[in-house]
Amino acid sequence: MTELSKSGAAVGEPTVASPAPSAFLEVRDLKVHFPTDDGLVKSVDGLTFQLEKGKTLGIVGESGSGKSVTSLGIMGLHTAGQYGKRKARISGEIWLDGTELLSADPDHVRKLRGRQMAMIFQDPLSALHPYYTIGQQIVEAYRIHHDVDKKTAKRRAVEMLDRVGIPQPDKRVDNYPHEFSGGMRQRAMIAMSLVNNPELLIADEPTTALDVTVQAQILDLIRDLQKEFGSAVIIITHDLGVVAELADDLLVMYGGRCVERGPAEKVFYEPRHPYTWGLLGSMPRLDRDQQERLIPVKGSPPSLINVPSGCAFNPRCPYADVPKDNVTRTVRPELTEVGSKHWAACHMSQEQRERIWTEEIAPKL
Amino acid sequence: MLAYLIRRLFAAAVMLVVIIMVVFGIFFLVPKWAGVDIASSFVGKQADPAAVEAVRQKLGLSDPIYSQVWEFFKGIFTGRTYSGGGDVTHCSAPCFGYSFRSEQAIWPVLTDRFPVTLALALGAALLWLLFGLAAGVLSALKRGSFWDRGAMVVALAGVSLPVYFTGMIALAVFAFGLDWLDAQYVPLADSFTGWLGGLILPWITLAFLYAAMYARITRATMLEILGEDYIRTARAKGLREPVVIRKHAMRSTLTPILTMLGMDLGALIGGAILTESTFNLPGLGQAVLNAIKTQDLPVILGVTLITSLAVLIANLVVDVLYAVIDPRVRLA
Repeated sequence: MTELSKSGAAVGEPTVASPAPSAFLEVRDLKVHFPTDDGLVKSVDGLTFQLEKGKTLGIVGESGSGKSVTSLGIMGLHTAGQYGKRKARISGEIWLDGTELLSADPDHVRKLRGRQMAMIFQDPLSALHPYYTIGQQIVEAYRIHHDVDKKTAKRRAVEMLDRVGIPQPDKRVDNYPHEFSGGMRQRAMIAMSLVNNPELLIADEPTTALDVTVQAQILDLIRDLQKEFGSAVIIITHDLGVVAELADDLLVMYGGRCVERGPAEKVFYEPRHPYTWGLLGSMPRLDRDQQERLIPVKGSPPSLINVPSGCAFNPRCPYADVPKDNVTRTVRPELTEVGSKHWAACHMSQEQRERIWTEEIAPKL
Repeated sequence: MLAYLIRRLFAAAVMLVVIIMVVFGIFFLVPKWAGVDIASSFVGKQADPAAVEAVRQKLGLSDPIYSQVWEFFKGIFTGRTYSGGGDVTHCSAPCFGYSFRSEQAIWPVLTDRFPVTLALALGAALLWLLFGLAAGVLSALKRGSFWDRGAMVVALAGVSLPVYFTGMIALAVFAFGLDWLDAQYVPLADSFTGWLGGLILPWITLAFLYAAMYARITRATMLEILGEDYIRTARAKGLREPVVIRKHAMRSTLTPILTMLGMDLGALIGGAILTESTFNLPGLGQAVLNAIKTQDLPVILGVTLITSLAVLIANLVVDVLYAVIDPRVRLA
């Protein structure tokens, strides 16, 4: 109860502007809560991370862990055009290149959308307007932020389609989304989001709706384009395989909070949170003996309305019963540094976790 | 697009022929099966057998059905002469039949009355589209507000109140009470203002009913469209919200509205019987109502055919507009 009222009070308090950070993108204690008839849904409940230009951050977690809500929050899309719905309550700070977005004028944020920060969505078929040609949609995206005539913008659209590897771009530019294949649509979507050379690109499950064969191509494309444009990229996915090759840093989300964050190789090879172990254990691998079963994370994601006090992962944690020193179970574990730039939020002591990882988990993977 | 158009036109033509055959069949075959003698129904109940036989000869009712349909078809293009059984009646092309009860060809009746019904339907459609769409969109954008609730209550009233009720009230208040308008139809050729004055109340009455339905559909569709992923994409591009609504949401909202409009207009052009009766408008609806009362089969047949033609044309126009709006339709 104390936990509930505490976090409840924190939301809605005016954010005190702290000094602008040095990182290109810095999110501080971001909370996105949705009032519903059943109660307050705490989709994101205190998220902090930084991202530099030219780097890629992977945000991993299962459905409902708050990944997409976070990305829409950064883009300011929880507040734009929400008619008559109960407004999302957002608090914290989002600094993009020295500007705090949550307290900024909405119209200023709108002008940043599509130009300084752009987004790729999960399902390119439903994310593209069925009634406009691919070209018209890219031209529109370009002309919002550039005062050029349609011809120039269309040349730019063709150039972008060519850049993302669409054959015969000067012909395909006049096609409608339904005339494209799934992979081509996602390429077009990427072309559209990159048309204004954004410095921050958020890809929300960019390959989930695609064939496996196309997935790798799209990921390669995102990586190449990032190298070329030097953008900061956030890749949101529930598929660890997707981020394994791409991400510099990883952020594992559970129940609206970050449970582990650090450099990708650290999180992959020395994970320090039981949920991350679970994610790694449920990833199918070709080099593993086929007789061995995957190790799923048992149970289902927590309700975001009545988040259990204490560790949100506790009910599903295989190590919940491991004796812990000096720990009150009803207190939520905070992120603590477990290595260089590597944080995890777990009640077990670091020695306990190291031992479990090296002795019990790692050999089975 | 052209191929689509040709396909639709061809389908419409085939449909028309089928409709004529079916309608003709129903009007002339069913009484036969039911054991009712059409010829005697044309003459009257206590007619002498000789007169009935004369009518049968004249109308060719004893001919096989296919030759009757053929005569009817031919009459549309070449005109038709009813002879046999004594006197001769000529019905010039396009002959949609001849009413022996009112002693006149059907086609002039249709052309006389059609403009009235068309003016009523189109004028009302303009009004209801304007108000229905505006109210629906505003309600959707201000969902849950006082305006939204108010508009939806009015819309519910509009849907539930029959035309003869709202029409009577409109007449009582504006024509008889305030004496602002003359409740009398004046042909357009005689006086424009008179024509307008006579149609304004029917327009508003009819439009109220349909505007209410359209407002509700528009609101529901708009709310659904606003939840679409591509609307989020439009916002993510940095588009201004009014542009998101106008350019992205409105265009998708129009598709189902258009489908409804095609059917509603088609049905109304076939005769807005209640509205025409309430306001005493000499349109197709009144003609067919009179024909039903007097069992004037040729008139009913003619109006039915014209109505099907109107629905067919309205749907053809809608199909074409549909393809203009939604590129995916062009493939189908």
